[in-house]
Amino acid sequence: MSITDIQVTDELVHDDDHHEEHHEQSFIFKYIFSTDHKTIAKQFLITGIFWAMIGGGLSIIFRLQLGFPDMDMGFLQPFLGDWISNAGKLDPEFYLAMITMHGTIMVFFVLTAGLSGTFSNYLIPLQVGARDMASGFMNLLSYWFFFLSSVIMFVSMFLSTGPASGGWTIYPPLSALPQAMSGSGMGMTLWLVSMVFFIASTLLGGINYITTVINLRTEGMTFRRMPLTIWAFFITAVLGLLSFPVLVACVLLLVFDRSFGTSFYLSEIFIGGEALPNLGGSPILFQHLFWFLGHPEVYIVILPALGITSEVISTNSRKPIFGYTAMIGSILAIAFLSFIVWAHHMFITGMNPFLGSIFMFLTLIIAIPSAVKAFNYITTLWKGNLVFTPAMLFSIGLVSFFISGGLTGLFLGNAAIDINLHDTYFVVAHFHLVMGSAAFFGLLAGVYHWFPKMFGRMMDEKLGYIHFWLTFVGVYLVFFPLHYIGIAGFPRRYYSFTNFDAFSSFVDLNSFVTVAAFITFGAQFIFLFNFFYNIFKGKKAPLNPWNSNTLEWTTPRVPEHGNWPGEIPKVYRWPYDYSKPGAKDDFIPQTVPYHQTKESNTDFENEESKKE
Amino acid sequence: MDNTAAIFANRNFKIKSINAKKFALWLFIVSICMLFAGLTSAYIVKKSDGRWLQFEMPDMFLYSTLVLVLSSIVMHLTYLKAKNNSLKAVKIGIASTAVIALVFFYMQYLSWVQLVAQDIFLVGNPSGSFVYIFSGLHLAHLIGGMVFLLVIFLDTINYKVHSKSMLAIEMCTTYWHFLGGLWIYLYLFLVMSN
Repeated sequence: MSITDIQVTDELVHDDDHHEEHHEQSFIFKYIFSTDHKTIAKQFLITGIFWAMIGGGLSIIFRLQLGFPDMDMGFLQPFLGDWISNAGKLDPEFYLAMITMHGTIMVFFVLTAGLSGTFSNYLIPLQVGARDMASGFMNLLSYWFFFLSSVIMFVSMFLSTGPASGGWTIYPPLSALPQAMSGSGMGMTLWLVSMVFFIASTLLGGINYITTVINLRTEGMTFRRMPLTIWAFFITAVLGLLSFPVLVACVLLLVFDRSFGTSFYLSEIFIGGEALPNLGGSPILFQHLFWFLGHPEVYIVILPALGITSEVISTNSRKPIFGYTAMIGSILAIAFLSFIVWAHHMFITGMNPFLGSIFMFLTLIIAIPSAVKAFNYITTLWKGNLVFTPAMLFSIGLVSFFISGGLTGLFLGNAAIDINLHDTYFVVAHFHLVMGSAAFFGLLAGVYHWFPKMFGRMMDEKLGYIHFWLTFVGVYLVFFPLHYIGIAGFPRRYYSFTNFDAFSSFVDLNSFVTVAAFITFGAQFIFLFNFFYNIFKGKKAPLNPWNSNTLEWTTPRVPEHGNWPGEIPKVYRWPYDYSKPGAKDDFIPQTVPYHQTKESNTDFENEESKKE
Repeated sequence: MDNTAAIFANRNFKIKSINAKKFALWLFIVSICMLFAGLTSAYIVKKSDGRWLQFEMPDMFLYSTLVLVLSSIVMHLTYLKAKNNSLKAVKIGIASTAVIALVFFYMQYLSWVQLVAQDIFLVGNPSGSFVYIFSGLHLAHLIGGMVFLLVIFLDTINYKVHSKSMLAIEMCTTYWHFLGGLWIYLYLFLVMSN
């Protein structure tokens, strides 16, 4: 038996080698069904950009309705068809569909898949020193599930009954009853199907990211030497792994309520004077399940952006990141707290005020790790030799949004104030700054910073500056006034306010916001041009354009499948040795051993160098 | 030899602590745990909300639980046989695990029949609906386990499972035990909260 066994093993080994020698890639497997993490990252990025333009475009259309309610929108008829009435008015149901799609697209398709999908995929293997993800095949599935989910969501927008319209939070009973609104019919069904594939994609990706970080780090890459980007992506993936399955549970029960007649979320409902048979369910149950995902989800969105910012700010301040350990600690603290604060989205559901105050207390604690991060960014910038690359500007912009949007979180986290501000434009302003714009700026900073590695070419800096200033100023002009509108009592998701006399004095402010939104959206076309033009025509990038320390800059200009042509480099130090006193350059890459840098070593590092 | 092949010939994928695939399986298990943790907490929240219908759990669930435990024992013996290279026993073991699992499927169906006889339907008070959802979703995961069994059965036929190549059968055993444990948790949860 044992003899047979050994022969079998030999044969297997041979078989594997044989397979690898013929590792040639046809066009389809190199660019479409690729298992290479870099290609998959670019696929996520470009799909994400596509969705961002759709999501942004929708917001422009509904901003027109909000800013200029009397406008004749007949010119949109070629795009929106019957959703524009013959009198040139936007269909109110379609308005609801657009805000729902805007939220869904931005939160899930752009800032989850587009951000984590792109940068976790691209940077994890390159920065921890791995040839590829732990499972290339799972990674491929992850993208194509996302693609399928995208197609389904996209198709749902062309249904004659409209896409899902109950808000991105799809609260039942509105979303559960097809007779409640036209968007809760086929549109909602497709939304649910699409999200199932989306969750599968996120879980496949997340399992891969975690496994790669745990198992495939190169020699010397201890957890204490990992760039903060990797820490952020790693914890983000853990958050996704723990929270998305709960969304599955939540959505599954909704599917049963919708399609099989169960009553998990439904009870004692009358529609058109007719009683529905459902008894015994509770729509609040849905909110608990939904926000148990929903709250970690906002950190799934923002943490990768904060990780990218840490890296970009440190590199371009030519200073080590201030408080590396505190940064990791605050990521972990935010991740932990994110699971025990979900009910602050539900203060007005009639919950026990005592319970409300516990959730309020836990929510306000998040201010501490968040403030640690903001403080550390500012102290990293303090007295640094700042290099204002576009990526750096977008990172600083992120810090600005994170602070100004985070401050209003203190108000909203207070149960007493939230009762007044709940579902007003104040909330809209808050999360668009702290989560939406901040994460979006993190995404853009990442694109500007790693574009040279992704495509081997440089983006145009001047266009980057114009893009930054228009977007940065534009975002504030859009969202700052919304705080006032919110305090004045404007409820979010309303089609029109013309019927309320109290709101008539804010008409101009709303028009102003719409104009600002136009400018901000318009500025993104500068980016689009800069991005796509320079993929093909950009100046060839040097190997390490930003004089950065991390491992990805030790690869060839355009890394092949496998990332490093020879051995994987070893890592000898942490990634933030910028402007180290005594060193001849202002940066020392992670691959430089301590015994080569005697002039700048500390005593401890001299001890370490003896072990190398 | 082209460039890519050269890279992969001397690849140095470092395995630090645990095999990457095994680790990924554990992460997958964690995500399933979260799914059921979400559902069972929904059950608790809904129950505390009132308007809750109390009823007796069918006895068949107890018997089916015992059958599933039996399948786990058989699977574990199969795993030990694979370590000793008794490939014939491994094939029989995997096949019997699958057959016992099919019996479990049938018994879960019979439990549903008992529930229906008690006037507890999928559509109705959520207390009954939850039982169908828990057991049904568990069966859905068991189908995944059956596919895994089929894969390692074919592997065994092709001499890919033996004492020096235990990864696949080890992962399958882990997953199978997990599914058993998951059902015991769900069963105890339902019995104790009724």
